[in-house]
Amino acid sequence: MITHYGYIDGSGEYFIIIDSDKCNGCRKCVEKCPQNAMEMVTEFIDLEDKTVAAISETHRKKIRYTCAECKPQNNKTPCVLECKQSAVSCVWKPL
Amino acid sequence: MRIMTEQPKTTIEYWRWQEYHRVRSDRSWKNKDVITAGIDVGSVGSKAAIMIDGDIYAWAVTRTGSNSPDSAKKVLGMVLQDTDLNPSDIQYTVGTGYGRVNVPMANKAITEIACHAKGANYIWGPSVRTILDVGGQDIKAIRCDETGRVTSFLMNDKCAAGTGRGMEVFADLLQIPIEDIGKVSLSIDEEPPPVSCTCVAFAKTEAIGLLRKGWSREKVLAAYTRAMAIRMANLVNRVGLEKEFVITGGQSKNMGIVSRIENILGVKTLPSPNWREGGLDPMIAGAAGAALLGKALYLKSQGS
Amino acid sequence: MPTTAGIDMGIQTVKVVILKDGAVAARAKAASGFEPAKAAEQAFDEALKSAKIPKEQVTQILATGSGMDMAPNSNGNVSMMGADAKAGVYLFPTARTIVDVGAEEARAVKCDERGIMIDFVVNERCAAGAGTFIEAMARALEVKLEDMGPLSLKAERASPINASCVIFGESDVVSLIHRQESKPEIARAVFDAMADRVSSMVHRLGINLDVIVVGGVAKDIGFIESLKRKLGVNLLVPEYPEYVGALGAALTAAGRVKG
Repeated sequence: MITHYGYIDGSGEYFIIIDSDKCNGCRKCVEKCPQNAMEMVTEFIDLEDKTVAAISETHRKKIRYTCAECKPQNNKTPCVLECKQSAVSCVWKPL
Repeated sequence: MRIMTEQPKTTIEYWRWQEYHRVRSDRSWKNKDVITAGIDVGSVGSKAAIMIDGDIYAWAVTRTGSNSPDSAKKVLGMVLQDTDLNPSDIQYTVGTGYGRVNVPMANKAITEIACHAKGANYIWGPSVRTILDVGGQDIKAIRCDETGRVTSFLMNDKCAAGTGRGMEVFADLLQIPIEDIGKVSLSIDEEPPPVSCTCVAFAKTEAIGLLRKGWSREKVLAAYTRAMAIRMANLVNRVGLEKEFVITGGQSKNMGIVSRIENILGVKTLPSPNWREGGLDPMIAGAAGAALLGKALYLKSQGS
Repeated sequence: MPTTAGIDMGIQTVKVVILKDGAVAARAKAASGFEPAKAAEQAFDEALKSAKIPKEQVTQILATGSGMDMAPNSNGNVSMMGADAKAGVYLFPTARTIVDVGAEEARAVKCDERGIMIDFVVNERCAAGAGTFIEAMARALEVKLEDMGPLSLKAERASPINASCVIFGESDVVSLIHRQESKPEIARAVFDAMADRVSSMVHRLGINLDVIVVGGVAKDIGFIESLKRKLGVNLLVPEYPEYVGALGAALTAAGRVKG
């Protein structure tokens, strides 16, 4: 399942996107994030509980500010580059 | 179908629904059936559904009180009324919704997204692939497959624009009753351009400026509604639109929003069944999906 | 030295500054309302009267602010960022980062020692990071806007509020009051939320000391305290922070007349 963490508001679209089908729970992105914005959560997928990466609740609604320093518009943020499963990507479209 | 309806406590506003419960008179249960319950405790409404072998048997809708466990108990009591079922007859209960961790009788708590998609698949059938759920305080865009499994998901609860709350603020500003805003927004001769700013706090200023320029309230509402529909269409496009497409939640009853979204995306939505005519109320999608997932989990635990 | 004027056509308030002999001769403001050009004329006339200067003596008028194209009688425009940088360094020669928080917009500007803008970042189109947020929360708390700051200073902690949206925040405040949460703690939460957003914006730019805070919201002690905590640096705030844009425009006008 692809989860879009972030929002669209009057100023643009900002999402960190995590594919929990590809995520293998290695935690590397969580450790790499310079803002400590990521965490591991339990997702119910296909009748099983799976531990996958997510953006934490504190940061989800202010992701534009949290992630700005990593320049997500280039889709080469530490979390994206660190993931060997290609489970993390960014959509960053300020107006 | 027998209809058991409680006395409405307030006059019905279009998204302030009535509390009620239903039992199908054409269905009954036997000891060998897998009986499962889904309890969806939302921030505004609590819903319950009973499935017999994955087929809907009874359902109930009530208001969530200040206490989640009490709301769960209340709605479970409601849904079991007139069914001859006892709570002990239920093999598996799944709790979902905002208050899902506080459903004391649940065997498992599952997120509302998974349950909502599963329930939509049950209500509209396996052709549903895209769901836009517009609630009072959030908007969700969900993609699912033919089994109702979620493949992509996006929730907006950061910005009030387009949520029921945002529409309420605007309706108040223009002094149009909330149950009429759909109709009124469509009562214009020519569709005006959308307001330039989606922020509800700023849109107020923009609206007042337009009214002063001589725009009618209907025209201002149409411009604002169009801006909101564009915003919701953007959310759907972010997860990708695939037919069939359904809209659920309070705003699904706002014809001004629905018709504009259909127009912007170029797709017609599947109509919602009407509970007053005996159809399955989309409001119970979460509870129905929860009960279905409960059946699957129960069978898995039995080794089948 | 020429006498010049700067008109800041803000969305909520028009501000005018008249500069004579290199110093501020007068300041005036008027609510923009639905006729900002009229409000600008009104404020300009008031400033002239207060400075005891005839209109003809003003050699150059420059406009700034989001409504700058609507300014009457102006000889041109100055960007808001440029105006902030110019005035910032004029007021505090050590200023290198200017944080401007207005009614509907917030921005941060980096400049050099001459007051020339090097870089900037803007937050717009969302009320949650601007003065409108504080105003709306004050209304929900039933507290006068000017009392919010002193009230928040009484709190040791901040209540949890939805900081991402003015509309959701208002609902949150109403529920918190029903639950008997203390008003000072709610007020502090409002300023902490503002400071969180503004400081993230500033961090994107990078902080070069000294940092000065301007714009209408800079008048609020509650916001300044929260921002100080969040940024972890000392903050300089000029007297009359809301006039900084207009001052910058007037200073730029003086520079153009000379050159």
